[in-house]
Amino acid sequence: MRYLPLSDADRSAMLDRIGAGSVDELFRDVPEEARLTGPIHGLSMHASEMAVERDMKGLAAKNMVAGEVPFFLGCGAYRHHVPASVDHLIQRGEFLTSYTPYQPEIAQGTLQVLFEFQTQVARLLGCEVANASMYDGSTACWEAIGMARRITRRSKAILSSGLHPHYASVCRTMARFTGDALDTAAPELSAATDAERLIAAIDGETSCIVVQYPDILGRIADLTPIAEAAHAAGALLVAVVTEPLALGLIKAPGEMGADIVVGEGQSIGVGLQFGGPYVGLFATRERYVRQMPGRLAGETVDAEGKRGFVLTLSTREQHIRREKATSNICTNSGLCALAFSIHMTLLGEKGLTGLAKLNHARACEAAVRLSRIPGVSLVNESFFNEFTLELPVEARPAVHAMVEKGVLGGVSLGRLYPDEAGLAKGLVVAVTETVTDEDVDALEAALKEVCK
Amino acid sequence: MTVNPSGWRPSAPAAGDGAAPPTVTGNRALMLEEPLLFEIGGRDQTGVDFEAVESGGSRLAGLERSGLDLPGLSEPEAVRHYTRLSRQNYAIDLGLFPLGSCTMKHNPRLNEKVARLPGFADIHPLQPQETVQGALEVINRLAFWLIELTGMHGVAMSPKAGAHGELCGLLCIRSALEARGDAREVVLVPESAHGTNPATAAFCGYRVEDIPANKDGRVDLEALKGRLGPDVAAVMITNPNTCGLFEPDMKAISDAVHAAGGFVYCDGANFNAIVGKVRPGDLGIDAMHINLHKTFSTPHGGGGPGSGPVVLSEALAPFGPLPYAARYPDGTYKLVEEESAGQEHPRSFGRMTAFHGQMGMFTRALAYILSHGADGLVQVAEDSVLNANYVLRSLEDVLDAPFAFSGPCMHEAIFSDRDFAEGISTIDVAKALIDEGFHPMTMYFPLVVHGAMLVEPTETESKAGLDQFIAALRSIAARARAGDESLKAAPVFAPRRRLDETLAARKPILAYKTPAPDGAGSGLGAHIGGG
Repeated sequence: MRYLPLSDADRSAMLDRIGAGSVDELFRDVPEEARLTGPIHGLSMHASEMAVERDMKGLAAKNMVAGEVPFFLGCGAYRHHVPASVDHLIQRGEFLTSYTPYQPEIAQGTLQVLFEFQTQVARLLGCEVANASMYDGSTACWEAIGMARRITRRSKAILSSGLHPHYASVCRTMARFTGDALDTAAPELSAATDAERLIAAIDGETSCIVVQYPDILGRIADLTPIAEAAHAAGALLVAVVTEPLALGLIKAPGEMGADIVVGEGQSIGVGLQFGGPYVGLFATRERYVRQMPGRLAGETVDAEGKRGFVLTLSTREQHIRREKATSNICTNSGLCALAFSIHMTLLGEKGLTGLAKLNHARACEAAVRLSRIPGVSLVNESFFNEFTLELPVEARPAVHAMVEKGVLGGVSLGRLYPDEAGLAKGLVVAVTETVTDEDVDALEAALKEVCK
Repeated sequence: MTVNPSGWRPSAPAAGDGAAPPTVTGNRALMLEEPLLFEIGGRDQTGVDFEAVESGGSRLAGLERSGLDLPGLSEPEAVRHYTRLSRQNYAIDLGLFPLGSCTMKHNPRLNEKVARLPGFADIHPLQPQETVQGALEVINRLAFWLIELTGMHGVAMSPKAGAHGELCGLLCIRSALEARGDAREVVLVPESAHGTNPATAAFCGYRVEDIPANKDGRVDLEALKGRLGPDVAAVMITNPNTCGLFEPDMKAISDAVHAAGGFVYCDGANFNAIVGKVRPGDLGIDAMHINLHKTFSTPHGGGGPGSGPVVLSEALAPFGPLPYAARYPDGTYKLVEEESAGQEHPRSFGRMTAFHGQMGMFTRALAYILSHGADGLVQVAEDSVLNANYVLRSLEDVLDAPFAFSGPCMHEAIFSDRDFAEGISTIDVAKALIDEGFHPMTMYFPLVVHGAMLVEPTETESKAGLDQFIAALRSIAARARAGDESLKAAPVFAPRRRLDETLAARKPILAYKTPAPDGAGSGLGAHIGGG
């Protein structure tokens, strides 16, 4: 079998050395009744690369590929062009098949990349420090609530109605077990975000406000007044960014007073991948760093005085503190963080700003065209590369109808909020640099049809 | 040696000429120093081209950003930067990576190929489900094989890593107890357990207590039975355990825990030893996470991403998280999310992550299982156990192996620092291994063995490779017993010497700060090469 180097002669020689007559003797601690008598039922014997590839290709062929049709989905995962060299670099064996850098002398590649990633993330999010990544944006979000609880010693979190419903759902699940009280609400199909509701709800029991920026409908709101109101009450502002590219064009949450900024880094370097693996971004103020979960790479020197990098402040983590750790998290999203960092490096400030401008310009054009369709109106006053349309019909069946025409026309709010009748006509449309004029033509035509 | 026909011979270096000469660049041939991105990139440099934008409308709510300070590089410079950094990393592709409990096996490149098929890589998680039936089928098929291989009843595919899976399992247990109105406060965890176990239990609101081990390194069954009671929600067991030993009393442990009304969580990190040969479900466990990045070869990627599906018993499956991919009698697949939870999965404890799980790892793991097949998976377990026992018996005369007397180990062998001379410790042995071209084994874990060294070769190591490792470690062990001080200088050949971790924690520098114009840097030490 191509992945197993031992030959029968090897096995024989090794059993001799061990002093066992057969491999079965090495399994003698396994009680007889627990040993399987034959191979797993129903699973074929080993297969060639060719056969496995054929099998997997057959499954892949049953899916509609985003890059092959007019494609307008967002809501927490975005399709951007990833430069060709990113995928080549992350497949270098020294990156792909390396481990957590616990032996820093032979892991300076990983550690320096993490240090650069942390710096890029902190600067992008407008914060002083960032960690070496979390699993994804949604788990980073609930870890931020936990961190706010530890810092403020309060346990009531107010979640904006503009927070991605999956993220809110994750937070609600975790809050059942941590005892945090969550104030949540569904969004409304209007241009205004719920900043007023949030500010009014803050009191002396509030640990944090959690606001998404831009929000699930694509709306952008100034976070400064919310930050000020939170701080006046001794609470923290947690900002959630699901489309980090937006920060190439609009102010970073950290600049507006957010204390903890988390996000989903997927749109930079990582690709859609049907939902995972993604990369959670987590940044905060320097004074809170000891309460931050996840790995941290820090600068130091070696025995010869040369600069190097190591994982640091490990006393926060499970392998040292065990039950007193800030989180149980062990792995980060290393390879995805690397992809994010390489893409950010290839963009640089100039490229990031240029790409963000291109996204916004294309989204503005598309919004104008689509809102001219009879019966269709644009909900947003503000947006970056994603906006919400109100259709004259229910959006969820409209999305399915557009699939029949070969168009992936956006995410219906009915898919995300099946119980909210007031959102049933909402369609969230994302327009990135990968969208062509022909794609918008196709969406316009398809929408006209399904909205009749 | 073949004869050099020109007769020329190189002159030998002068005797006693120890130190290698310094170079201007700080490079040493193929060993290249590489500055930070922030020291070489520029705000105006970029490695990406795209169409210029005619400025149209602006809908940014007046929140335009000014001042973002991020350097870029052209493509050639970026490729060099990351290629040079990669060469400062050890990796499985380079050599043996004998980390106990990590299962650093070869990462098949077929898996990388299939994961990148556009039909898997370029699909959005919220696409209408009729457009992603193949993807849902992958998740469902992998789920099926994980259930079959473990002999369990159901599986939660969405946890994003092993620790996340542990959280999932414990939340199922807590939900099951709440459902029967039987809130309990304590979880029992062996002292030898991985740190994520007590951390997870504490997060779930439980008080953690130790389970003692006996002199054979296994769970002390009588002591455990003595402690079980109406306040114990669960025990968390690793089997094979973190000393590399199978727990022969596993079934009895499960029976005792169930009799006392509790649940058994099994940490599946060591599944590689028994895959295809033993089904943990037959031993009575209630939940077990499987690290796809361990047993099922998905790449470690320098620290992640992982994937930690959790197989569940019949008692716990009803409480598993949302969403999951279900197969219907008409052959179609659907995600069961919050929307239909009321009818189809009413007692779920809820959603653990946005979207559906680590799809990129599912395709890789499924390709792995199909490649190995039923016979190949059995061979995986057998070869991994054979390799570990070969290492154990080849070293036990020079390195103390505290449980070698009690019989064979499973897929990993544990050694201690008992016979080292005064002043020499496990870390010195580990750093000396680096100079020999190996990544060290797991050090100082589990806590129950003094100066623990946990060696897991995996099944993808050749005998020749193991022999080389054994020879190197025999030599180092001899030096450790003899008190050879030069061990404390190791590593001498790595890109960096031993790094000052105390300084890093005392004065944390976690991001690059552009040095002030007066030249006062924020860095701690000299960096080499141009900047």
